[in-house]
Amino acid sequence: MTRKAAALISGGLDSLLAAKAIQQQGIHVEGINFFTGFCVEGHTHAIRKQDKDKPKRNNALWVAEQLGIKLHIIDIVDEYKDVVINPKHGYGANLNPCLDCKIFMVQKAHEWIQKKGFDFLITGEVIGQRPMSQRKQTMPIVAQESGAEDLLLRPLCAKNLPPTRPELEGWVDRELLHDFSGRSRKPQMALARHFGFEDYAQPAGGCCFLTDENYSVKLQDLWTNRGHKKYDLDDIMLLKVGRHIRPHKSYKLIISREEGETRFLSGYKKQFQSIKTISHAGPLALIEGATLNAEQIRLACAIVARFSKGKSSEQVELTYSAAGGEPETIHVSPLPAHEIPQHWYLL
Amino acid sequence: MQTIKVDARRLLCPMPVIRLQDAMEPLPVGSQVIITCTDPGVKNDIPAWSRINGQSVLNIQEQDHEIIITVQKDSNE
Ligand code: SF4
Repeated sequence: MTRKAAALISGGLDSLLAAKAIQQQGIHVEGINFFTGFCVEGHTHAIRKQDKDKPKRNNALWVAEQLGIKLHIIDIVDEYKDVVINPKHGYGANLNPCLDCKIFMVQKAHEWIQKKGFDFLITGEVIGQRPMSQRKQTMPIVAQESGAEDLLLRPLCAKNLPPTRPELEGWVDRELLHDFSGRSRKPQMALARHFGFEDYAQPAGGCCFLTDENYSVKLQDLWTNRGHKKYDLDDIMLLKVGRHIRPHKSYKLIISREEGETRFLSGYKKQFQSIKTISHAGPLALIEGATLNAEQIRLACAIVARFSKGKSSEQVELTYSAAGGEPETIHVSPLPAHEIPQHWYLL
Repeated sequence: MQTIKVDARRLLCPMPVIRLQDAMEPLPVGSQVIITCTDPGVKNDIPAWSRINGQSVLNIQEQDHEIIITVQKDSNE
Protein backbone atom coordinates (compact mmCIF):
# COMPACT_ATOMS: atom_id res chain seq x y z
CA MET A 1 0.00 0.00 0.00
CA THR A 2 1.40 3.40 -0.98
CA ARG A 3 1.52 5.74 1.97
CA LYS A 4 0.54 9.37 1.49
CA ALA A 5 2.17 12.46 2.97
CA ALA A 6 1.23 16.13 2.82
CA ALA A 7 4.20 18.50 2.60
CA LEU A 8 4.05 22.10 3.80
CA ILE A 9 5.43 23.99 0.82
CA SER A 10 6.59 27.56 1.47
CA GLY A 11 8.37 27.89 -1.86
CA GLY A 12 11.85 27.91 -0.31
CA LEU A 13 14.60 25.36 -0.71
CA ASP A 14 14.04 23.48 2.56
CA SER A 15 10.46 22.49 1.84
CA LEU A 16 11.50 21.42 -1.66
CA LEU A 17 14.24 19.14 -0.32
CA ALA A 18 12.11 17.70 2.48
CA ALA A 19 9.36 16.73 0.04
CA LYS A 20 11.84 15.26 -2.43
CA ALA A 21 13.54 13.17 0.27
CA ILE A 22 10.21 11.57 1.15
CA GLN A 23 9.06 11.19 -2.43
CA GLN A 24 12.27 9.25 -3.10
CA GLN A 25 11.17 6.69 -0.54
CA GLY A 26 8.14 5.80 -2.65
CA ILE A 27 5.65 7.91 -0.69
CA HIS A 28 2.87 9.75 -2.56
CA VAL A 29 3.37 13.43 -1.70
CA GLU A 30 1.03 16.39 -2.22
CA GLY A 31 1.83 19.96 -1.23
CA ILE A 32 -0.07 22.42 0.92
CA ASN A 33 0.66 26.13 0.79
CA PHE A 34 -1.00 28.57 3.15
CA PHE A 35 -1.91 32.12 2.14
CA THR A 36 -1.88 34.39 5.19
CA GLY A 37 -2.09 37.75 3.38
CA PHE A 38 1.45 38.60 4.51
CA CYS A 39 3.19 36.28 2.04
CA VAL A 40 6.03 37.89 0.11
CA GLU A 41 4.99 36.14 -3.12
CA GLY A 42 4.91 38.48 -6.04
CA HIS A 43 2.77 41.29 -4.64
CA THR A 44 5.19 44.13 -5.10
CA HIS A 45 6.03 42.75 -8.53
CA ALA A 46 2.38 42.83 -9.42
CA ILE A 47 1.99 46.40 -8.28
CA ARG A 48 5.24 48.16 -9.20
CA LYS A 49 5.74 48.79 -12.86
CA GLN A 50 9.52 49.01 -12.57
CA ASP A 51 9.68 45.41 -11.33
CA LYS A 52 7.72 44.05 -14.26
CA ASP A 53 10.73 43.14 -16.39
CA LYS A 54 12.05 40.69 -13.84
CA PRO A 55 10.56 37.23 -14.29
CA LYS A 56 7.93 36.65 -11.67
CA ARG A 57 6.82 33.31 -10.46
CA ASN A 58 5.01 31.86 -7.51
CA ASN A 59 7.70 29.86 -5.78
CA ALA A 60 5.33 27.37 -4.16
CA LEU A 61 3.86 26.50 -7.57
CA TRP A 62 7.38 26.31 -8.98
CA VAL A 63 8.46 23.90 -6.23
CA ALA A 64 5.40 21.71 -6.81
CA GLU A 65 6.16 21.62 -10.51
CA GLN A 66 9.78 20.60 -9.87
CA LEU A 67 8.53 17.78 -7.70
CA GLY A 68 5.68 16.82 -10.02
CA ILE A 69 3.18 17.03 -7.15
CA LYS A 70 -0.21 18.65 -6.70
CA LEU A 71 -0.35 21.85 -4.69
CA HIS A 72 -3.32 22.90 -2.60
CA ILE A 73 -3.24 26.62 -1.82
CA ILE A 74 -5.33 27.36 1.23
CA ASP A 75 -6.66 30.78 2.18
CA ILE A 76 -6.23 31.23 5.95
CA VAL A 77 -6.37 35.04 5.99
CA ASP A 78 -9.24 35.26 8.49
CA GLU A 79 -8.22 32.53 10.90
CA TYR A 80 -4.61 33.70 10.84
CA LYS A 81 -5.54 37.09 12.32
CA ASP A 82 -5.66 35.63 15.80
CA VAL A 83 -2.11 34.31 15.35
CA VAL A 84 -0.83 37.78 14.42
CA ILE A 85 -2.86 39.65 17.00
CA ASN A 86 -2.40 37.39 20.05
CA PRO A 87 0.63 35.16 19.62
CA LYS A 88 0.88 33.00 22.73
CA HIS A 89 4.63 32.59 22.25
CA GLY A 90 5.23 36.24 21.34
CA TYR A 91 6.83 38.01 18.41
CA GLY A 92 10.30 37.67 16.89
CA ALA A 93 12.55 40.62 16.02
CA ASN A 94 9.62 42.33 14.27
CA LEU A 95 5.89 41.52 14.27
CA ASN A 96 6.56 37.95 13.14
CA PRO A 97 4.85 35.40 15.41
CA CYS A 98 6.91 32.55 13.92
CA LEU A 99 6.37 29.87 16.54
CA ASP A 100 2.60 30.38 16.78
CA CYS A 101 2.51 30.58 12.98
CA LYS A 102 4.28 27.22 12.62
CA ILE A 103 1.98 25.60 15.18
CA PHE A 104 -1.08 26.99 13.41
CA MET A 105 0.03 25.85 9.96
CA VAL A 106 0.92 22.37 11.16
CA GLN A 107 -2.43 22.18 12.97
CA LYS A 108 -4.28 23.15 9.77
CA ALA A 109 -2.25 20.66 7.75
CA HIS A 110 -2.99 17.97 10.32
CA GLU A 111 -6.72 18.65 9.99
CA TRP A 112 -6.29 18.47 6.21
CA ILE A 113 -4.59 15.05 6.22
CA GLN A 114 -7.30 13.65 8.46
CA LYS A 115 -10.00 14.89 6.11
CA LYS A 116 -8.21 13.69 2.98
CA GLY A 117 -7.00 10.33 4.30
CA PHE A 118 -3.27 11.03 4.22
CA ASP A 119 -0.93 9.21 6.61
CA PHE A 120 1.48 11.89 7.83
CA LEU A 121 2.89 15.35 7.25
CA ILE A 122 6.30 16.75 6.55
CA THR A 123 7.95 20.14 6.88
CA GLY A 124 11.33 21.48 5.81
CA GLU A 125 12.22 22.59 9.35
CA VAL A 126 15.84 22.30 10.44
CA ILE A 127 16.95 22.52 14.07
CA GLY A 128 18.74 25.80 14.75
CA GLN A 129 17.94 27.27 11.36
CA ARG A 130 15.79 30.10 12.64
CA PRO A 131 16.27 31.76 16.02
CA MET A 132 12.62 31.75 17.04
CA SER A 133 10.70 28.90 15.55
CA GLN A 134 13.26 26.27 14.61
CA ARG A 135 15.15 25.40 17.80
CA LYS A 136 15.58 22.04 19.47
CA GLN A 137 13.15 23.09 22.25
CA THR A 138 10.49 24.33 19.83
CA MET A 139 10.30 21.17 17.70
CA PRO A 140 8.25 19.21 20.26
CA ILE A 141 6.13 22.30 21.02
CA VAL A 142 5.07 22.51 17.36
CA ALA A 143 4.28 18.78 17.25
CA GLN A 144 2.28 18.84 20.50
CA GLU A 145 0.41 22.12 20.32
CA SER A 146 -0.62 21.52 16.70
CA GLY A 147 -2.06 18.12 17.61
CA ALA A 148 0.02 16.44 14.88
CA GLU A 149 2.23 14.74 17.52
CA ASP A 150 4.25 11.90 16.01
CA LEU A 151 2.67 12.24 12.57
CA LEU A 152 4.90 15.24 11.96
CA LEU A 153 8.15 14.25 10.26
CA ARG A 154 11.01 16.66 9.49
CA PRO A 155 13.08 14.78 6.89
CA LEU A 156 16.00 17.25 6.93
CA CYS A 157 16.73 16.89 10.65
CA ALA A 158 14.84 13.69 11.57
CA LYS A 159 17.98 11.92 12.77
CA ASN A 160 18.44 14.55 15.47
CA LEU A 161 14.92 14.03 16.79
CA PRO A 162 13.09 11.08 18.37
CA PRO A 163 11.66 8.68 15.75
CA THR A 164 8.16 9.53 14.55
CA ARG A 165 5.38 7.16 13.63
CA PRO A 166 6.23 7.01 9.88
CA GLU A 167 9.74 5.88 10.90
CA LEU A 168 8.62 3.46 13.63
CA GLU A 169 6.02 1.85 11.38
CA GLY A 170 8.59 1.48 8.59
CA TRP A 171 6.67 3.69 6.14
CA VAL A 172 9.94 5.56 5.67
CA ASP A 173 13.51 4.46 6.30
CA ARG A 174 15.01 6.68 9.03
CA GLU A 175 18.51 5.83 7.85
CA LEU A 176 17.88 7.61 4.56
CA LEU A 177 16.74 10.81 6.30
CA HIS A 178 19.06 13.66 7.31
CA ASP A 179 20.68 15.21 10.38
CA PHE A 180 21.04 18.85 9.37
CA SER A 181 21.30 21.44 12.12
CA GLY A 182 22.36 25.05 12.58
CA ARG A 183 22.28 28.08 10.39
CA SER A 184 24.62 26.88 7.66
CA ARG A 185 22.96 26.43 4.29
CA LYS A 186 25.75 24.24 2.93
CA PRO A 187 24.10 20.83 3.55
CA GLN A 188 20.92 22.05 1.85
CA MET A 189 22.87 23.35 -1.11
CA ALA A 190 24.75 20.07 -1.44
CA LEU A 191 21.50 18.09 -1.30
CA ALA A 192 19.95 20.42 -3.90
CA ARG A 193 22.92 19.70 -6.18
CA HIS A 194 22.51 15.98 -5.52
CA PHE A 195 18.85 16.14 -6.56
CA GLY A 196 19.73 18.37 -9.54
CA PHE A 197 17.75 21.42 -8.40
CA GLU A 198 18.92 24.84 -9.57
CA ASP A 199 17.38 28.27 -9.56
CA TYR A 200 15.54 27.76 -6.27
CA ALA A 201 14.38 30.63 -4.07
CA GLN A 202 16.50 31.58 -1.06
CA PRO A 203 14.45 33.96 1.09
CA ALA A 204 16.78 35.88 3.37
CA GLY A 205 14.69 36.87 6.38
CA GLY A 206 11.65 34.67 6.29
CA CYS A 207 8.67 33.76 4.25
CA CYS A 208 6.52 36.78 5.02
CA PHE A 209 6.36 40.56 5.38
CA LEU A 210 6.01 40.29 9.15
CA THR A 211 9.77 39.74 9.39
CA ASP A 212 10.36 43.02 7.57
CA GLU A 213 11.13 45.97 9.84
CA ASN A 214 9.58 48.66 7.64
CA TYR A 215 6.42 46.65 7.22
CA SER A 216 6.15 45.96 10.96
CA VAL A 217 6.55 49.67 11.77
CA LYS A 218 3.60 50.44 9.49
CA LEU A 219 1.44 47.68 10.93
CA GLN A 220 2.23 48.77 14.49
CA ASP A 221 1.38 52.36 13.54
CA LEU A 222 -1.98 51.21 12.16
CA TRP A 223 -2.78 49.32 15.35
CA THR A 224 -1.63 52.12 17.67
CA ASN A 225 -3.58 54.83 15.90
CA ARG A 226 -6.74 52.80 15.55
CA GLY A 227 -6.57 51.79 19.18
CA HIS A 228 -7.07 48.11 18.37
CA LYS A 229 -5.26 45.37 16.49
CA LYS A 230 -7.99 44.39 14.03
CA TYR A 231 -7.18 44.45 10.32
CA ASP A 232 -8.62 43.28 7.03
CA LEU A 233 -6.96 42.07 3.84
CA ASP A 234 -7.08 45.55 2.22
CA ASP A 235 -5.28 47.07 5.23
CA ILE A 236 -2.38 44.67 5.01
CA MET A 237 -2.15 44.90 1.22
CA LEU A 238 -2.00 48.69 1.38
CA LEU A 239 0.90 48.53 3.85
CA LYS A 240 2.95 47.06 1.01
CA VAL A 241 2.33 49.97 -1.35
CA GLY A 242 3.47 53.60 -1.58
CA ARG A 243 4.95 56.14 0.79
CA HIS A 244 3.09 56.36 4.11
CA ILE A 245 2.96 59.74 5.85
CA ARG A 246 1.01 60.39 9.04
CA PRO A 247 0.44 64.09 9.79
CA HIS A 248 -2.12 63.31 12.51
CA LYS A 249 -3.28 60.46 14.71
CA SER A 250 -6.63 60.39 12.92
CA TYR A 251 -5.36 59.95 9.34
CA LYS A 252 -2.42 59.06 7.14
CA LEU A 253 -1.59 59.46 3.46
CA ILE A 254 -0.60 56.59 1.18
CA ILE A 255 1.16 58.25 -1.76
CA SER A 256 1.98 56.28 -4.91
CA ARG A 257 5.62 56.26 -6.02
CA GLU A 258 5.14 55.26 -9.64
CA GLU A 259 2.56 54.43 -12.28
CA GLY A 260 1.95 50.82 -11.24
CA GLU A 261 1.20 51.93 -7.68
CA THR A 262 -1.05 54.74 -8.94
CA ARG A 263 -3.09 52.21 -10.89
CA PHE A 264 -3.26 49.84 -7.92
CA LEU A 265 -4.31 52.58 -5.48
CA SER A 266 -6.95 53.94 -7.87
CA GLY A 267 -8.81 50.65 -7.38
CA TYR A 268 -9.49 51.83 -3.81
CA LYS A 269 -11.00 55.24 -4.64
CA LYS A 270 -14.52 54.05 -3.83
CA GLN A 271 -13.49 53.07 -0.30
CA PHE A 272 -11.06 55.87 0.58
CA GLN A 273 -10.77 59.64 0.30
CA SER A 274 -8.24 60.43 -2.41
CA ILE A 275 -6.09 63.27 -3.76
CA LYS A 276 -4.71 63.58 -7.30
CA THR A 277 -2.52 66.25 -8.86
CA ILE A 278 -4.05 67.90 -11.95
CA SER A 279 -1.81 70.76 -13.11
CA HIS A 280 1.35 68.66 -12.93
CA ALA A 281 2.18 65.00 -13.31
CA GLY A 282 2.13 63.47 -9.87
CA PRO A 283 0.98 60.76 -7.56
CA LEU A 284 -2.37 59.56 -6.37
CA ALA A 285 -2.80 59.52 -2.60
CA LEU A 286 -5.36 57.66 -0.52
CA ILE A 287 -6.32 58.92 2.90
CA GLU A 288 -6.67 56.23 5.47
CA GLY A 289 -8.61 57.27 8.56
CA ALA A 290 -11.19 59.90 9.49
CA THR A 291 -12.86 62.29 7.03
CA LEU A 292 -10.61 65.34 6.70
CA ASN A 293 -11.75 68.88 7.56
CA ALA A 294 -11.02 71.79 5.19
CA GLU A 295 -7.71 72.64 6.85
CA GLN A 296 -6.54 69.02 6.81
CA ILE A 297 -7.49 68.71 3.12
CA ARG A 298 -5.25 71.71 2.32
CA LEU A 299 -2.35 70.26 4.31
CA ALA A 300 -2.76 66.83 2.70
CA CYS A 301 -2.89 68.42 -0.77
CA ALA A 302 0.26 70.46 -0.01
CA ILE A 303 2.06 67.26 0.98
CA VAL A 304 0.92 65.41 -2.15
CA ALA A 305 1.95 68.41 -4.32
CA ARG A 306 5.42 68.16 -2.81
CA PHE A 307 5.78 64.72 -4.44
CA SER A 308 4.58 65.91 -7.88
CA LYS A 309 6.46 67.46 -10.79
CA GLY A 310 5.13 70.78 -9.53
CA LYS A 311 7.06 70.65 -6.26
CA SER A 312 9.04 73.83 -7.13
CA SER A 313 6.02 75.71 -8.55
CA GLU A 314 4.16 78.48 -6.74
CA GLN A 315 0.88 76.65 -7.00
CA VAL A 316 -0.35 73.20 -7.85
CA GLU A 317 -3.90 72.25 -8.73
CA LEU A 318 -5.20 69.01 -7.25
CA THR A 319 -8.51 67.31 -6.66
CA TYR A 320 -9.77 65.93 -3.40
CA SER A 321 -12.54 63.31 -3.48
CA ALA A 322 -14.48 61.85 -0.60
CA ALA A 323 -14.77 58.03 -0.77
CA GLY A 324 -16.62 57.29 -4.00
CA GLY A 325 -17.44 61.04 -4.30
CA GLU A 326 -17.04 63.76 -6.90
CA PRO A 327 -13.65 65.51 -7.17
CA GLU A 328 -13.32 68.98 -5.69
CA THR A 329 -10.61 71.31 -7.06
CA ILE A 330 -8.00 72.66 -4.61
CA HIS A 331 -5.06 75.02 -5.24
CA VAL A 332 -2.12 74.94 -2.84
CA SER A 333 1.57 75.74 -2.61
CA PRO A 334 3.60 72.54 -2.27
CA LEU A 335 4.91 71.98 1.25
CA PRO A 336 8.70 72.39 1.27
CA ALA A 337 10.54 69.18 2.14
CA HIS A 338 11.87 70.62 5.43
CA GLU A 339 8.34 71.36 6.63
CA ILE A 340 7.43 67.68 6.62
CA PRO A 341 8.73 66.46 9.98
CA GLN A 342 10.74 63.28 9.77
CA HIS A 343 8.48 61.51 12.29
CA TRP A 344 5.52 61.84 9.91
CA TYR A 345 7.24 59.39 7.58
CA LEU A 346 6.49 55.79 8.41
CA LEU A 347 9.57 53.91 7.28
CA MET B 1 -20.89 20.25 -17.71
CA GLN B 2 -21.03 23.88 -16.70
CA THR B 3 -19.31 27.18 -17.48
CA ILE B 4 -18.87 29.60 -14.63
CA LYS B 5 -17.36 33.06 -14.43
CA VAL B 6 -15.11 34.24 -11.62
CA ASP B 7 -14.23 37.89 -10.98
CA ALA B 8 -10.71 38.11 -9.54
CA ARG B 9 -10.01 41.70 -10.55
CA ARG B 10 -7.81 43.70 -8.15
CA LEU B 11 -6.80 40.52 -6.34
CA LEU B 12 -3.09 39.83 -6.17
CA CYS B 13 -1.50 36.43 -6.61
CA PRO B 14 -2.04 33.88 -5.25
CA MET B 15 -5.64 34.97 -4.53
CA PRO B 16 -6.83 34.55 -8.15
CA VAL B 17 -5.37 31.03 -8.14
CA ILE B 18 -7.21 30.24 -4.90
CA ARG B 19 -10.48 31.60 -6.37
CA LEU B 20 -9.98 29.42 -9.46
CA GLN B 21 -9.12 26.34 -7.39
CA ASP B 22 -12.16 26.79 -5.12
CA ALA B 23 -14.50 27.47 -8.05
CA MET B 24 -13.29 24.38 -9.86
CA GLU B 25 -13.47 21.89 -7.02
CA PRO B 26 -17.23 21.15 -7.02
CA LEU B 27 -17.59 21.19 -10.83
CA PRO B 28 -17.91 18.04 -12.94
CA VAL B 29 -15.09 17.08 -15.32
CA GLY B 30 -15.42 18.92 -18.64
CA SER B 31 -16.64 22.16 -17.03
CA GLN B 32 -14.97 25.47 -17.69
CA VAL B 33 -14.11 28.43 -15.50
CA ILE B 34 -13.59 31.85 -17.09
CA ILE B 35 -11.65 34.02 -14.67
CA THR B 36 -11.03 37.77 -15.08
CA CYS B 37 -7.92 39.14 -13.37
CA THR B 38 -5.81 42.29 -13.23
CA ASP B 39 -2.58 40.94 -11.66
CA PRO B 40 -0.33 40.05 -14.63
CA GLY B 41 1.25 37.34 -12.45
CA VAL B 42 -1.73 35.11 -13.30
CA LYS B 43 -0.32 34.62 -16.79
CA ASN B 44 2.34 32.44 -15.15
CA ASP B 45 0.56 31.23 -12.05
CA ILE B 46 -2.72 29.95 -13.51
CA PRO B 47 -1.02 27.87 -16.24
CA ALA B 48 1.46 26.53 -13.61
CA TRP B 49 -1.38 25.63 -11.23
CA SER B 50 -3.30 23.99 -14.10
CA ARG B 51 -0.29 21.93 -15.22
CA ILE B 52 0.44 20.53 -11.77
CA ASN B 53 -3.19 19.82 -10.99
CA GLY B 54 -4.04 18.20 -14.32
CA GLN B 55 -6.34 20.92 -15.73
CA SER B 56 -6.03 22.72 -19.08
CA VAL B 57 -5.78 26.39 -19.92
CA LEU B 58 -7.82 26.84 -23.11
CA ASN B 59 -7.34 30.51 -23.69
CA ILE B 60 -5.61 33.64 -22.32
CA GLN B 61 -6.90 36.99 -23.54
CA GLU B 62 -5.77 40.48 -22.56
CA GLN B 63 -7.72 43.71 -22.95
CA ASP B 64 -7.47 47.07 -21.14
CA HIS B 65 -5.27 45.79 -18.30
CA GLU B 66 -7.58 42.81 -17.76
CA ILE B 67 -6.54 39.22 -18.32
CA ILE B 68 -9.28 36.68 -19.05
CA ILE B 69 -8.31 33.04 -18.75
CA THR B 70 -10.45 30.01 -19.59
CA VAL B 71 -9.55 26.81 -17.75
CA GLN B 72 -11.14 23.42 -18.33
CA LYS B 73 -11.49 20.81 -15.64
CA ASP B 74 -9.90 17.61 -16.95
CA SER B 75 -9.34 15.78 -13.70
CA ASN B 76 -11.31 15.20 -10.56
CA GLU B 77 -8.46 14.06 -8.34
S1 SF4 C 1 8.26 34.28 8.62
FE1 SF4 C 1 6.03 34.66 8.60
S2 SF4 C 1 5.14 32.86 7.52
FE2 SF4 C 1 7.27 32.32 8.12
S3 SF4 C 1 7.03 31.30 10.12
FE3 SF4 C 1 7.44 33.48 10.56
S4 SF4 C 1 5.41 34.42 10.74
FE4 SF4 C 1 5.12 32.43 9.73
